[in-house]
Amino acid sequence: MVRFEDVWLKYRRAGEASLVRLTGAGSANAAPPDVVSGVSFEIPDGGFRWLIGASGAGKTSVLKLIYLAERPIRGDIDILGTRVGKLDRRELALLRRRIGVVYQDFRLLPHLSAYDNVALPMRLARRPEAQIKADVTELLRWVGLSEKHQSRPYELSGGEQQRIAIARAVIGRPKLLVADEPTGNLDDEQAERLMLLITALNRLGTTVVVATHNLGLVARYPAPHLEIAGGRLVADG
Amino acid sequence: MARRADQLGLHSAMADRLIPMLVGAMSFLAVLAIAGVIAAAALAAQWQGDTGAALTVQVPDANAPAASGAGDRKGAVLGVLAATPGVTGPKALSDAELDRLLKPWLGEDAQNLALPVPAVITASWSGAGSIASLRAALDEAAPGTLAETGARWAARVAALTASLKTSAAAILVIVALVASAVIAIATHAGLAQRRETIAIIHGLGALDSDIAGRFALRATLLAGFGAIIGAGLAVPVLLWLARLAAPFAGVLPQTGAPSLPPLLWAVLPAIPIAAALIGWVTTQFTVRGWLRGLA
Ligand SMILES: Nc1ncnc2c1ncn2[C@@H]1O[C@H](COP(=O)(O)OP(=O)(O)OP(=O)(O)O)[C@@H](O)[C@H]1O
Ligand SMILES: [Mg+2]
Repeated sequence: MVRFEDVWLKYRRAGEASLVRLTGAGSANAAPPDVVSGVSFEIPDGGFRWLIGASGAGKTSVLKLIYLAERPIRGDIDILGTRVGKLDRRELALLRRRIGVVYQDFRLLPHLSAYDNVALPMRLARRPEAQIKADVTELLRWVGLSEKHQSRPYELSGGEQQRIAIARAVIGRPKLLVADEPTGNLDDEQAERLMLLITALNRLGTTVVVATHNLGLVARYPAPHLEIAGGRLVADG
Repeated sequence: MARRADQLGLHSAMADRLIPMLVGAMSFLAVLAIAGVIAAAALAAQWQGDTGAALTVQVPDANAPAASGAGDRKGAVLGVLAATPGVTGPKALSDAELDRLLKPWLGEDAQNLALPVPAVITASWSGAGSIASLRAALDEAAPGTLAETGARWAARVAALTASLKTSAAAILVIVALVASAVIAIATHAGLAQRRETIAIIHGLGALDSDIAGRFALRATLLAGFGAIIGAGLAVPVLLWLARLAAPFAGVLPQTGAPSLPPLLWAVLPAIPIAAALIGWVTTQFTVRGWLRGLA
């Protein structure tokens, strides 16, 4: 389950603390704007939500709060039944391992092969190497990149990188899958395959949130949407 | 371990020359400081043993009759010394010995100068009784007799040793702080260089201890390695110094190859261990502090 209760987010500016000290409060630096303002919603266990909104509306920011990359300045967030605000760093890290994330910019490790990138979550969880090999091989075949398992990310096309990122997100059989524009670099056929995987995982009980601009895709896979505009939730259902 | 670290891409994250070189230099200095203290302590112990226990008594007009009227003054003084507890082996220097002692000062044939040379008696002084009461007893038996122990000199040497120890301790603290600062700087550089990788691994649920552990392992190995080289290079330098100092120190064998005190050999392996520990602790603190900047 994912629940937001009146959640607010502001990004800290780099070096803000020292700037405030130097210039004093109320100087030329206006306070940074709220990027998420009073957002509340609930996604039940095993639910599926599209997250839609114009560019810059705050979709990625909401997802960052869900996958624990940012902490809200105000409000309460429950992820997989845990109140996030109360967790210490170790508990946060362990909770992150139960969330699969496909980043808008992939965030693959450039010096690792496709295979090692996909294997990373299992290695962090200290799974046996034999199991890692079986699972990674299987998933690479599924995303159609068996032949390229030794390639580095920079040797892959944007769509291929995206498929690696998707494989990495699902390899740990997450209870919650968060995907930010996951079809952005995929052709229609690949996008369909991806949606089949995501809906299959969802039917198996994984809670899924997918942010996208691609309203055609949303139309082909009807599901409840959360719509964001200017950091506010403007539609839920 | 290295393979796992490499899989996270943190393997080459820390400059692998800066740490060994600077930690090596710091270890070299640390060994020199420790060796200085050990040598000074050995020297002080010897002074306290030999010189501190030496009692020298000068009897002017040694052959004049004693105050008691029985025998000469020198005999009377020897009698008092023999009867004093804590004084052992009183022995009057013969004329020949006295000549040898005075020759550097008075030239040949000191006796021929017809200077009134006092008799000199040496003995061992355990320090049990009071030197003041011994002086009083000697003065009564033969007025004008002087008694000196080496205690004053021994105390001066002890004070010198204590200040050397303090300086060495200060050097060790500074050297440890510099080593720690170097490691912290190298770690920060490594973190900055790997910022993106670490953020990604962190996002995938790596524990702070996983990430800090990988950096700490590397820093520990680099610091330990540097310290082994630095401390190792100090050994030939110390042997050379030991050869120079041997005739003065007397604590070292004066023939054959110069050698180092056993205590120093025992302390030597502690240097790389201390350096490795400093490396580990510093990196753990640095990396964990840095990770707090991530959500
Ligand atoms: N790290 C950051 N620091 C400061 N401001 C940020 C940061 N990330 C995003 N923003 C700002 O927050 C607002 C929302 O950005 P966000 O990335 O959430 O939008 P989005 O809906 O995902 O857009 P897109 O569809 O283009 O990906 C934007 O105005 C953006 O400039
Ligand atoms: Mg976005």
